[in-house]
Amino acid sequence: MSHHEYQKVEGRIFSRSFFILLTFVLIGMSLIVVRFVKGIGAVSNMNDGYPWGIWIAYDVATGTAIACGGYAVAILVYIRNHMRYHPLMRSCILTSLFGYGLAGFSVMVDLGRPWNAYNFFLPSKWQFNSVMFEVALCVMAYSMVLLIEFLPAILYSLEKSKWVRFRRFMDWLHPRLVPDKKAVLDKIERVQAGAGWLRPRLEKILIFIIVLGITLPTMHQSSLGSMLLIAPTKLHPLWHTPMLPLLFLINAIFMGYSIVIFESIISSYSFNRPYESREIAGVSRVIPGFTVVWMLVVFGDLAYRGQLGAAFSMDHLSLWFLAQMVLVGTGSFLLLGARGPSSPRRSPRRLFISAALILVGGAVYRFNVYLIGFDPGQGWSYFPSLAEIMITVGIVSLELLGYLVLVKMVPVLPKAHGAPPLQTQNA
Amino acid sequence: MKTTSRLAENLPRRDFIKACVKATALMGLPASLSSRVEAAAQTAARPTVIWLHFQECTGCSESVLRSSHPSVSELVLDLISLDYHETLMAGAGLQAEEALHASMEANRGKYFLVVEGAVPTAMDGIFCMIGGKTALASLREVAEGAAAILCIGTCSSFGGIQAAPPNPTGARGVSEILPDKAIINIPGCPPSPYNFLSTILYYLTFNRFPELDALRRPKFAYGRRIHEHCERRPHFDAGRFASEYGDEGHAAGYCLYKLGCKGPVTYANCSVQRFNDAGVWPVSIGHPCIGCTEPDVMFHQTVAQKAQIEDPTPFAGFPSTEPTPKGSGPDPLTVGVLGLFAGAGIGAGAMLARKLPNRLDPEQQAEPHPTTKSDDADET
Repeated sequence: MSHHEYQKVEGRIFSRSFFILLTFVLIGMSLIVVRFVKGIGAVSNMNDGYPWGIWIAYDVATGTAIACGGYAVAILVYIRNHMRYHPLMRSCILTSLFGYGLAGFSVMVDLGRPWNAYNFFLPSKWQFNSVMFEVALCVMAYSMVLLIEFLPAILYSLEKSKWVRFRRFMDWLHPRLVPDKKAVLDKIERVQAGAGWLRPRLEKILIFIIVLGITLPTMHQSSLGSMLLIAPTKLHPLWHTPMLPLLFLINAIFMGYSIVIFESIISSYSFNRPYESREIAGVSRVIPGFTVVWMLVVFGDLAYRGQLGAAFSMDHLSLWFLAQMVLVGTGSFLLLGARGPSSPRRSPRRLFISAALILVGGAVYRFNVYLIGFDPGQGWSYFPSLAEIMITVGIVSLELLGYLVLVKMVPVLPKAHGAPPLQTQNA
Repeated sequence: MKTTSRLAENLPRRDFIKACVKATALMGLPASLSSRVEAAAQTAARPTVIWLHFQECTGCSESVLRSSHPSVSELVLDLISLDYHETLMAGAGLQAEEALHASMEANRGKYFLVVEGAVPTAMDGIFCMIGGKTALASLREVAEGAAAILCIGTCSSFGGIQAAPPNPTGARGVSEILPDKAIINIPGCPPSPYNFLSTILYYLTFNRFPELDALRRPKFAYGRRIHEHCERRPHFDAGRFASEYGDEGHAAGYCLYKLGCKGPVTYANCSVQRFNDAGVWPVSIGHPCIGCTEPDVMFHQTVAQKAQIEDPTPFAGFPSTEPTPKGSGPDPLTVGVLGLFAGAGIGAGAMLARKLPNRLDPEQQAEPHPTTKSDDADET
């Protein structure tokens, strides 16, 4: 692994987007405080019929799929051995890290009683027959794996950085608040030396962590589908199928590739960097393969179970189903074309539209399974409350905020070659 | 009066306490009152009881005696001083008549009269004669000095099978003949022995009779319809019925309403208290209720006749079978904010897509990365 593939983004951390996102984060966090003080009923519309609201349907089921970029690119790099995609790796791992970490955080907000959380770490309390346990364990373990995978970047910064921001912060502080400038600066040297000692050792064993990083998502992304297997009477037959685990796994993979493209284009645009058009074109070429298999499985399974009529009955569930298929289908169709520099996959606009459509389509599929096609019967209804939505918005904003700050502090994005010096424009 | 009753002496302590607790629960009293019931059963003076039989089958006495619950028959017989009971007493003839009169004189105004069976009134009541007297005369004579009358069974309460049309003997229930006396009806064919026992224990505990309904039945036992707490009720609410004996629905244990079950019009606690101390009752073994505790149902309607349902929906304490809306739907503000986010997202996406270049000039593209192997044919 070469650290020369990556670079920091230059620019102010406290930009306008920073403060906008911070506002949403603060709103979300204060609502989370309300949730823990006054109980879940005070902020959420969840009920006995719908015990899983958008915190599960979006933050966990959809959020972790969107965070599958790291998984999808790792397959490409380490399984298919296309090392030229390696420069994309670090930003993918960072988004995956935020996606998974905050999915776990959402579950904590959703479950409540945080003082019982330690039980999760006691093997004597484990229930090995539970799909939910598998998901929880994998999400927790994968978050750790992602953290370790990202650690070399942080260690590298600790070691090589001149600590300019930190020094400026010390100067900015009132002299009385700064304990002893010289002692602190000495400590910096020791941190740098420590990081320099740890990093090469970590990088030697990193490949084992990477193996875990590919295994774990394969396990729990399919389990996210298995979770709904126990609800044959509640989930509409359009979506309830023994194929759920497979469909969720394939869906996670093509959503993972799409988010890589989506994120790369937005980063290039907002940080005013050159487009990584060759790499993302290569990634995008993989997507239609997965989406076509996925759509074949969906329709083949519907035909096998005799539910094709329900898919085209044009009632509101059928429309949701068609929306999911049309979005993914259109997104994939846009990616078809000959190879080469004039390929449609070299057009950032086309790639962006395609990735956005596939992401929305994949998310609609997951919402269909977790909420829209789910009917607990007896007249139950659910629509997220404003506070519930704002908590999710706060968590998503926290994800973006963390990304925005870290790309400016740690070398994450691929190094631009032969391009004009980097200047933040819109971020 | 602090004499220990023979009941408490003869029964094992554990069985005695159990019987008292059960009776307390049956009367619908708080559990904390069970100690008072025990105290009453243990120490209260045993009231004198005179038990008269008229037009009947003795099923009610059988029910009380043959109850297999630990020693309930003993409980009843030891609890009360049963001075006269035509089918149980050892004496007969003149000796028995003398015992009756002696007891009536000694306890005038204090004894209880238990009546089993209907009283014939046609042709001066000559259809039922005991000791040369008509049932009507015996009843009037004994009832005169009685503190209260307990009518056990539907015959003495409402006339029963004897009073069914055309009623040649002019049979009537006791309350029709003596409307002004203090009468408690414990109807049933036969009634649950525990309803009878609990009424007596209630009196011994509180020195007054339990609350009665319009037909003078204790409300604790006859306050609700069978239909309201029947174990097959969910099938009724869901529309699953047995259509004939032995059909699929009958075998599956569905509601017996279509077979003529009178549960919807019959006030009794059979489905809760049950019989034979084995937890059975007619509906549990697949036979519809015949409405034996009601004056105008049993012997006035055929078994197969469907009951008129006054109140088709379950009472409020039941979970609803209608899909009533639960949970909260979208509110305008939330939808508005959500729309705002979605609109902003779509708008920003569209604007970005518009600003993104459709074609890249070669210099706008990043150079191939040094680590990129040039032998990768795809996309280069």
